[in-house]
Amino acid sequence: MPADSSFHTGVPGATVQNGSRKAVAVAALADVPREPGAPKPDPILVADDVTRRFGGLTAVDVKHVEIQRGAITALIGPNGAGKTTFFNLLTGFDRPDTGEWRFNDRSLARVPAHKVARYGMVRTFQLTKALSRLTVIENMRLGAGGQRGERLMNALFRPAWAQQERDNTARAEELLARFKLDTKRDDFAGSLSGGQRKLLEMARALMSEPEMVMLDEPMAGVNPALTQSLLGHVKDLREQGMTVLFVEHDMDMVRDISDWVIVMAQGKIVAEGPPDDVMANPAVIDAYLGGHHDAPLTEAEEQRQLAAAEAELEAEHAAAEGDGAR
Amino acid sequence: MDWGSIISNALRSVVGLETVIFAMAAVGLNVQFGYAGLLNFGQAAFVAIGAYGLAIMVFFAGLSLWVGLAVGIGGAVVLALLLGVPTLRLRADYLAIATIAAAEIVRIAFRSSTLREWTGGSNGITGFDGQFYALNPLSNGTYGFGPWRFSERLTWVLLVGWVLLILFCVLVWLLMRSPWGRVLKGIREDEDAVRSLGKNVYAYKMQALIIGGVIGAFAGFIYALGRAAVQPDLYGTELTFFAYTVLLVGGAARVFGPVVGAAIFWLVLSLTDNVLAQAINAGYVSSSIMNPNQVGQVRFMLVGVLLMLLMIYRPQGIFGDKREIALNAR
Repeated sequence: MPADSSFHTGVPGATVQNGSRKAVAVAALADVPREPGAPKPDPILVADDVTRRFGGLTAVDVKHVEIQRGAITALIGPNGAGKTTFFNLLTGFDRPDTGEWRFNDRSLARVPAHKVARYGMVRTFQLTKALSRLTVIENMRLGAGGQRGERLMNALFRPAWAQQERDNTARAEELLARFKLDTKRDDFAGSLSGGQRKLLEMARALMSEPEMVMLDEPMAGVNPALTQSLLGHVKDLREQGMTVLFVEHDMDMVRDISDWVIVMAQGKIVAEGPPDDVMANPAVIDAYLGGHHDAPLTEAEEQRQLAAAEAELEAEHAAAEGDGAR
Repeated sequence: MDWGSIISNALRSVVGLETVIFAMAAVGLNVQFGYAGLLNFGQAAFVAIGAYGLAIMVFFAGLSLWVGLAVGIGGAVVLALLLGVPTLRLRADYLAIATIAAAEIVRIAFRSSTLREWTGGSNGITGFDGQFYALNPLSNGTYGFGPWRFSERLTWVLLVGWVLLILFCVLVWLLMRSPWGRVLKGIREDEDAVRSLGKNVYAYKMQALIIGGVIGAFAGFIYALGRAAVQPDLYGTELTFFAYTVLLVGGAARVFGPVVGAAIFWLVLSLTDNVLAQAINAGYVSSSIMNPNQVGQVRFMLVGVLLMLLMIYRPQGIFGDKREIALNAR
């Protein structure tokens, strides 16, 4: 087992003082300009000119983007903005038409998905991919990397892999306990609820000891009771030194946990910045609402719109009364 | 009706040549379909390649039995690569289409009159089994006990067949309890998830296809040697579908599923065959309803009905786990 495995096995936040990594990440990003493609002090992932076309539609057209190491970065944008496609490109699940990106200074363009995962960038999926007819613990064991027993020639000889299997099982059980899935250890993954599957998928991804975790809509289909616990687990990833990039629609979640937000619209990155800055950014409001600011994005905006609407109603009322009097 | 002979024929068929052949073909399918989820609808081609590889090398090329076996195995590996390289990166259905077509291509190629010089055309090949039976340590006579009394030739081929079958079952058991087998089962469930965990899905699928194909080729060796003949039309699509039936009856992704499935399949075929034939002879079934020549077709209809009942009341097969089927419904 790699030496740094203790990193993932400890109680969340025990190795580092609780929340301190958030402060570090926020401080590091404080002086970064709030503009698309802004350079970061310590980027783990740098992408340039990544494009992907489906026929005439340009789904992704990202000029330049950097993801800060050790921070939680949210990738948001309206439906069809190309977030998931961009995710698929970065993780090797789709091939770009053009583009270059480097993860830890290693080029990952056109590297197959399984190698991307081996280099330490592991993803989850929007539609959870629990392996239904494997038990929870088998799902977890599958996540471990570098298993000797996964080579055909070694597979036949149990002594070649038995010890490693025991170590992986021990680590899997610790992770399951952390994610409160230990009571489900020997159940089929297919029998878990939607939220538990999300937890299992995240825990399974952690078995490979990644440096960067890519979460595609971690909150989709999760009941509110589990949301808080999932949020806590995502924050834990940062506390353990991992970098997180996630796609999400739930703005409350984005506001709550992300250190930095990247906004995509129509395949392009239109804004970047800390959550509160980004949500007040007119470019973002335009991206979401197509230039018609029907729905409020901030409280002040809400107040202003309410006042405007009331004034309008009163005016109409007055006009109607005027009509009635005539 | 002679129930004694009906029962004894049925019991013989449980360990008979067909049971061994189809169990072995189904063990190969089990690796591919049961564990890795690969839809190989061309198992007949792998069986045919094994049988013909052996027969052609020994009879036409005049080489030794061992060369024939090596060529059969090599042929199965090459066929798996030919089928796998273009299709295994694509969705599962492409492999299904490619394999079912390839199986027919293989059969028709062996059957073609152009290649008659090398394959014997539609008559097939005989007279290549001498070396195999020369290895038989048993002297003339019958061996076994009770209903299971066989000639020294049949005993020899059954002995070899069952030993190989048990070895393959042990091999599958060893592989599937290992982390390698776990990756395979993961691929069956969702290959993108497995890919996202850093496993080279393509390589695993290729390995499964080759292993299953080579086991299929061994079924071909036993088929050819047991019948002392190869004939192209024995390797039609029904061979593949019988093998699937055997696998599903026994329970997919269970080590002994194919063996028990094959025994039940041929037991039921033997029973229906003998009962119908004797019922007609004894006059219980009027010849206006069925004549003896129709027994062959009717027994398959009855087997079909039995299979439907099995799938309705025990969809997971004999050994399967009902909970797994319930998961599929989600």
